[in-house]
Amino acid sequence: MKRRPKLAVWKFASCDGCQLTLLDCEDELLALTERIDIAYFMEASRATVRGPYDLSLVEGSITTPHDMARIQKIRRASKFLVAIGACATAGGIQALRNFTQVEKYIPLVYARPEYIHTLEKSSPIAGQVAVDFELRGCPINKTQLLELVSAFLQGRRPNIHPYSVCWECKMRGNICVMVAHGIPCLGPVTHAGCGALCPTYHRGCYGCFGPKETPNPASLSARLRVLGVPEDDLVRLYRTFNAEAEPFRQESTVHE
Amino acid sequence: MSSKTIKVDYLARVEGEGALYIRIKDDRVTQVQLKIFEPPRFFEAFLQGRKYTEAPDITARICGICPVAYQMSSVHALEQILGLKVAGPLRELRRLIYCGEWIESHGLHVYMLHAPDFLGYADAIQMARDYPEAVKRGLKLKQIGNELVALVGGREIHPINVRVGGFYSVPRKKDLVPMVEKLKWARDAALETVRWVSTFNFPPVEPEYEFVSLRHPQEYPFNEGRLVSNKGLDIAVDDFEAHFEEEHVPYTTALHSILKARGAYYVGPMARYNNNFDLLPPAVQAAAQEAGLTSFCCNPFQSIIIRSIEILYACEESLRIIDQYEQPERPYLEAEPRAGIGHGISEAPRGSLYHRYRIDDQGVIQEAKIVPPTSQNQKTVESDLYQVAVQNLHLPEDQLTWICEQAIRNYDPCISCSVHFLKLHLERR
Repeated sequence: MKRRPKLAVWKFASCDGCQLTLLDCEDELLALTERIDIAYFMEASRATVRGPYDLSLVEGSITTPHDMARIQKIRRASKFLVAIGACATAGGIQALRNFTQVEKYIPLVYARPEYIHTLEKSSPIAGQVAVDFELRGCPINKTQLLELVSAFLQGRRPNIHPYSVCWECKMRGNICVMVAHGIPCLGPVTHAGCGALCPTYHRGCYGCFGPKETPNPASLSARLRVLGVPEDDLVRLYRTFNAEAEPFRQESTVHE
Repeated sequence: MSSKTIKVDYLARVEGEGALYIRIKDDRVTQVQLKIFEPPRFFEAFLQGRKYTEAPDITARICGICPVAYQMSSVHALEQILGLKVAGPLRELRRLIYCGEWIESHGLHVYMLHAPDFLGYADAIQMARDYPEAVKRGLKLKQIGNELVALVGGREIHPINVRVGGFYSVPRKKDLVPMVEKLKWARDAALETVRWVSTFNFPPVEPEYEFVSLRHPQEYPFNEGRLVSNKGLDIAVDDFEAHFEEEHVPYTTALHSILKARGAYYVGPMARYNNNFDLLPPAVQAAAQEAGLTSFCCNPFQSIIIRSIEILYACEESLRIIDQYEQPERPYLEAEPRAGIGHGISEAPRGSLYHRYRIDDQGVIQEAKIVPPTSQNQKTVESDLYQVAVQNLHLPEDQLTWICEQAIRNYDPCISCSVHFLKLHLERR
């Protein structure tokens, strides 16, 4: 019998939501385990199999010296390494620390700094090691995760589109919340994958999948200003779960 | 003289990163530590300066398993400041989305994280080889819980539809009706779950706990009520910090919460059950009795039965809500921001979750404090571990380690939650 590829799931600073997405594949999970050997997945099992691993899914961002060393080891033990979710691909919400003056901030924060080992910045996995693929979202989308694993098993590139939320919104037949109702929406600059959820629920997209390919946030900001969004709200809008993703980071600093 | 150490460097089948450390010397347990090494993420720090409207979206990211709890505690605290009273169908929809989270989170814990301990498997996937029907039932229950959260909230993890004042949009009655058949199936499956888990073997441990939970005069609690205990605590949510405080412990990145008057306490399904048994519908009470429980349970290993009973309750309650639901005219209430302080406690799957916010007259958050259930239970988990280790010292080391792990999983700990709040504590020093 052909050896089943070994899957490992790793966690860094995160909420566990992206790895939970794997357990949320209720209809597919048992079938999946027939094709792939879940060799390391601490949230699901106390049994672990030693590496090397064929596919590593990495959740979370790097925020401590210990984790900096750990991700190097994981990279060495992984043939194909995929960063999953906003923390792993853009530093996550905890990357908001990257916009503060850490030198001034640390004495205020730590009563016992010797016990706490934290880095000045929260960085995405690709900031530390080579990453073979990035799956976006806060949280990632279940269908995209299954597509990623299927593509891996079939030895092809995952069919995941880098276009904007607007595409998905149009495909759903939604009326544009920004054009029709003047609701500020990050859809035009945000990576697809959620199925245009927020506009479907009559709210503006808040960018939890991070920037799309070749986004033009400056143009969107000009439009948002016309809608009456003040500068400090523009900063907040770009600085949430993907604040450290370059196009969002850069645009947020323009309005500071 | 002999000494040994039971060490588990990375606890499995819990949410987040924790470790267990027990030191035994001359057949005496000398030290017990639940170490949490999850890196802190400083949520209170970055909530400062954010708009109050962002709090439900941001705090949801503390935990991927119980985001609804964070959204609910935050919106209730903020609505207190704004003077908003969410009632009628909007209030019912909040209970409905919370039912979904209880079904999803408890279903995950009962079947995938906890049951394998009782039956001697490393995980649910291995358990599925011998108990395929049970594992499939658990997965489907969990799926129905997730569907309910997604129906009301937009998606199961980090729902997008919850806002201060209500929801961005509300379902029509006909959107909810297709859930009825599924929930009826889930109700039967939950009853089977109660029966199944009640046949497990439970180590005879019955510590003397103080059980703390919300209590509402008319209903099993989700979002409202007073904070009560079986030892006479009965306070308004606003008075939480007058009665509880956190201790700093060096070996963990989370804080230990204690009741100032009496020390360690217990939050979670068993606390809710013990404080609110009389408010469960008769059919749910009957299921509990059939499973061999009375109206009061204090064996932490039996928390798996109580969790199953709460799944059953959440199915019953969802069916009631959907049956009586009338779509409200407006999806949310609105108010101009004003300066003030607000408090909220809601019942996360793992227990009471406290939020406090101070905002200015522009609606910008000046200060935030969050006390999650897992930090409240930490001290109690350690005292359970001590007792379980003492009782089982005769076991071979691998079995002793396993039962200690199981004693931690009794609490369904959510370690990412317990860690996020380091910053505020340190500020106060």
